[in-house]
Amino acid sequence: MSLAIPRRRSAKQRLAIPRPLQGWLLPIALVVAWELLSRLGLVAPNLLPAPTTVLQTILTMARSGELFRHVGITLYRVVLGFGIGTLVATVLGALTGYSRTAHAYLDPLLQALRNIPSIAWVPLFILWLGIYESSKVTLIAVGVFFPVYLNLMSGIQGVDRKLVEVGKIYRLSQLQLVRRVFLPATLPAYLVGLRNGLGLGWMFVVAAELMGASQGLGYLLIDGQTTGRPAVIIASIVLFALLGKLTDSGLSAISQRLLYWQDSYGARG
Amino acid sequence: MLYIENVHKQFDNGLLALEGIDLAIKPGEVVSLVGTSGCGKSTLLRIVAGLEFPTLGAALIDGEVITAPHPKVGLIFQEARLMPWLTVAENIQFGLKDLPRLEQQWRTEQVLQKVHLTNFAEALPRQLSGGMAQRVAIARALVTQPSMLLLDEPFSALDAFTRTQLQDHLLDIWAEDHPTLLLVTHDVEEALVLSDRIIVLRPHPGRIHRELAIELPRPRRRTSLEFQRLKEQLIGDLDLTPGLDLVKR
Repeated sequence: MSLAIPRRRSAKQRLAIPRPLQGWLLPIALVVAWELLSRLGLVAPNLLPAPTTVLQTILTMARSGELFRHVGITLYRVVLGFGIGTLVATVLGALTGYSRTAHAYLDPLLQALRNIPSIAWVPLFILWLGIYESSKVTLIAVGVFFPVYLNLMSGIQGVDRKLVEVGKIYRLSQLQLVRRVFLPATLPAYLVGLRNGLGLGWMFVVAAELMGASQGLGYLLIDGQTTGRPAVIIASIVLFALLGKLTDSGLSAISQRLLYWQDSYGARG
Repeated sequence: MLYIENVHKQFDNGLLALEGIDLAIKPGEVVSLVGTSGCGKSTLLRIVAGLEFPTLGAALIDGEVITAPHPKVGLIFQEARLMPWLTVAENIQFGLKDLPRLEQQWRTEQVLQKVHLTNFAEALPRQLSGGMAQRVAIARALVTQPSMLLLDEPFSALDAFTRTQLQDHLLDIWAEDHPTLLLVTHDVEEALVLSDRIIVLRPHPGRIHRELAIELPRPRRRTSLEFQRLKEQLIGDLDLTPGLDLVKR
């Protein structure tokens, strides 16, 4: 018996792919298959260029510096829109979550506005703010606002009454109660809101740039379409995926560091 | 000295939870409130804790009407209610923030020793068992050096072994500085093991049915004849007529 157990373990270990690599397996297989199909001439290159062609396009754009200009401006729009949206959502969400009066006055209006598809604001924003940066950043900020606002508000409302009572027993002031109970207790919901918001930020930057931009990754999409270069379109999509994933992973890493104390299924060894 | 004078409590929905409660508790006394559910025993404790307020009458500590949680009163809940983001030591220091850092640390070490958790100072609540978590909650209440401890069914969520252990532990702690203990429980045996006096409450509306002084010497043997006799008497006082609750609803 005592011999059988270690032997079984080592057999399992030899077969196992390390956990972080498991997620890479399927995408790599797909890309390889795609490349093979392209080389064999089974897909038309004017509709779906091979992965190597897409990579080449990206490298060419990188060499000319064009790539960094487009990526830079798109990142700038997302970061600025995300920042503004988060800031406003945090103030209003904290207010409506914590104060019943604020909730009664503000929340119905905000919930009503939330039901307007955000893209519907575009003509109005362009009319008010022009076709340059302001209207794009505003659109992104609006997209980011709602998930952050909603998660923060419901997070605060969902704080365990029993923990709040412990704070009261120790005669914490309102401000101390916020800082020492509400803030840490709300953090998980808030961080989920930020991640959702960031995802929407990336969605809305595409929408904003599709509607009229002279640079940015969204502009590359349109440019690729009008000039008949599918490699540029796919390159742009790949870059969106890459940037979106990268920023999300960053936020996710920050979340995990801040929420080390959580006793959840996902946090297990 | 704790005085409860003619306390009535009517909830917003019209339910009369307590009616005409009078009670005096001496410093260092151990008193249990027992009763079936709905008899208002927890409500009475929460009034003493300053978390709820009587509709009529008042509760007074050392001559002062209780209008907010009192600094000399510690409260232990049914659940440990630890802040999951704080370590054991930080949880214990939760109510100590006005004291100098060094004093906080010294006191924390003292109470950690008292509840035998010195090695767990840096652990997070999620790493603790139910009994350990409740010991941390006791330490958090003790660290402010209260002259009165209120306990709201403190061991009812624990298994039988841990419960007996913690009851003995509570008595050890009490033997050291003799804080007043006011305990709510529905466990007749627990009340008999711990108390100098047992107050039996009956519901609809909650009122004191009977007071029972327990003069058995400590430590008390749960198996002694006298203990068993008192237990039987108490169960009779509780009026556990089966089905009565069901009929009323």
